[in-house]
Amino acid sequence: MALDQSFVGRSYPPTDPYEVGREKIREFAVAIGDTNPAYTDRKAATALGHPDVIAPPTFVFAITFKAASQVVEDPKLGLDYSRVVHGDQRFVYNRPVRAGDRLSVTSTIESIKSLAGNDILDIRGEVHDEAGEPVVTAWTKLVARAPEEEA
Amino acid sequence: MTAKIAYDAVEVGTALPPQSFPVTRATLVRYAGASGDFNPIHWNEKFAKEVGLPDVIAHGMFTMAEAIRVVTDWVGDPGAVVEYGVRFTKPVVVPNDEEGALIEVSAKVAAKLDDGTVRVDLTATSGGQKVLGMSRAVVRLA
Repeated sequence: MALDQSFVGRSYPPTDPYEVGREKIREFAVAIGDTNPAYTDRKAATALGHPDVIAPPTFVFAITFKAASQVVEDPKLGLDYSRVVHGDQRFVYNRPVRAGDRLSVTSTIESIKSLAGNDILDIRGEVHDEAGEPVVTAWTKLVARAPEEEA
Repeated sequence: MTAKIAYDAVEVGTALPPQSFPVTRATLVRYAGASGDFNPIHWNEKFAKEVGLPDVIAHGMFTMAEAIRVVTDWVGDPGAVVEYGVRFTKPVVVPNDEEGALIEVSAKVAAKLDDGTVRVDLTATSGGQKVLGMSRAVVRLA
């Protein structure tokens, strides 16, 4: 069933701050096998001009996707999450995420489309630091596949 | 930002050093823990097959994380990445054996933009299939 177009443009309240930990960044870097010292060595990061170790570019997804769950799980929207696949992902960075950041995300439904029975949802997540400065914007495209009988 | 590659030193078509990233079931378990994405399609073969997948598949975001390493290793400073986007076109199927799967990534400079940045287009394949589409990064060079 097509999703309600009136949800387009709807924003959800900003999330409680997520505090970016140095060891969480290290754990993520190890998990992706990335040995870039900017992620784990404060001296290396400051030599590059960063105030502290920075996070790999896709690290922030864990935070924005959790924020997007407000949209995905909104009973009024009625998305069938068991049929959802991740279509596209894009990030635009104002600056890299770094240790010590306290990040809050505001999620907005940018568009809802229906294509061949699939619901296609574009969610924009604006990530701000504690001072309210923008850090990164994440665009996530989710595709809810049509139920079998309609396909 | 302190990129180690100079804007003036690259041309449209400049190739970045390609890399291959192995991924086994153990890699996926570790990534699930680090990223907080515990969807069973990434570790439970029975579940993956029940929902119509050929086998356990890698997290799309894992593939996205690996692909950009070709760019961040090239520029040195990961903070030089100002934009990065991909389309998830095919899953990376990860068999339950020692070798697992291999994600092969190549990249080239596709455009020199006016503000000291370049657009890099990435190609990621696994098992001969293109696993990412529209995979592009904008990077600030020195």
